[in-house]
Amino acid sequence: MIIWLTIIMAGIFTYATRLSFILLYGRIKMPNLMERALRFVPPVVLTAIFFPELLLNNGDLFLSFGNARLLAGMLAIVVAWRTKNVIYTIVIGMFALWVLQFLFR
Amino acid sequence: MPLSLNRIDQDIDHENNAAICFIHNPMQANNNLKVMHPARSEFISGIKAELPLMIGVIPFGLIYGILAISVGLPENAAQAMSVIIFAGSSQFVSAQLFGLSVPAIINFFTVGVVNLRHALYSASIAPYLQKLPTRWKWILAYLLTDEAYAVSIIHYQQDGDEGDRHWFFLGSGLTLWTTWQLSTAAGILLGASVPASWSLDFTLALSFIALVIPAIKDRASLGAALSAGVVAVVLFSLPLKSGLLAASLIGILVGLLLARGS
Repeated sequence: MIIWLTIIMAGIFTYATRLSFILLYGRIKMPNLMERALRFVPPVVLTAIFFPELLLNNGDLFLSFGNARLLAGMLAIVVAWRTKNVIYTIVIGMFALWVLQFLFR
Repeated sequence: MPLSLNRIDQDIDHENNAAICFIHNPMQANNNLKVMHPARSEFISGIKAELPLMIGVIPFGLIYGILAISVGLPENAAQAMSVIIFAGSSQFVSAQLFGLSVPAIINFFTVGVVNLRHALYSASIAPYLQKLPTRWKWILAYLLTDEAYAVSIIHYQQDGDEGDRHWFFLGSGLTLWTTWQLSTAAGILLGASVPASWSLDFTLALSFIALVIPAIKDRASLGAALSAGVVAVVLFSLPLKSGLLAASLIGILVGLLLARGS
């Protein structure tokens, strides 16, 4: 029951976030500081999620040339930066991970 | 979120030109059965623009379904999350939190924070939706995901007649919605029969890399992202995923300070 309540509340909040400015546009003026802060939300939250995926192994720092996820992730960062292409980034990153995992086995 | 979709843009232009021909020269267009009504043409262009992104979405949906079952979520709740929340990365985190049995309020709060970026998308696309009837706004807001937003905002920013571009948004949004529902359902049904050694969970990190790198445009956003990433690693072992929140707030502060300095 608590699971369903959490899902429904989280769904309502997420939908409200999506609808917020679409409905409010033209009716309110956003505080200047919030407008400036919101700009950083996507890079900040997404990076905070993916950095540990590359750098941690079972919660421990894994800074090594033996870390296949770190190497594949760094390659994917370069691909994303140079091509700005989603498909290339995911496919090349995934392929690199498989090759590295095969080599490091 | 400026993804590079140059090839797709050209396809869209081509479709639009066909539509414009139809408007300006109906006699000629009547002889051409390929030319469609502008709304339908926009809708199909939206589907076409969204399809390449599905290469990242399908494995991600599979993995979400598998993860949700493996942490003990009931099948119907796992699929309901895809319909009710409909935001992949937050569902991922939320399922993990359900698995760790964290308090519901923390789970709710975490989903909220992970999904805050949608307010940015909402603010960014709002001007283009102003003339639409309210029911369109409610429907399109539900479909406002990373991927649908990315292709639609690029399309809205192009020159030309904007009258039917909400159909493009609808086409891309429904493509993502359908793919997401089917791939998460497949993951739930497959369960653990996809071997962990395939490392399909890595597509999550890779899609975020694909979305975040083009969003880093200046020193402030780079500093914000790097500091958030480092803090997230350092604070990773904090209970209840609270390191993610702390890292996000610190990253935003760093970004604001750097932006003020320049």
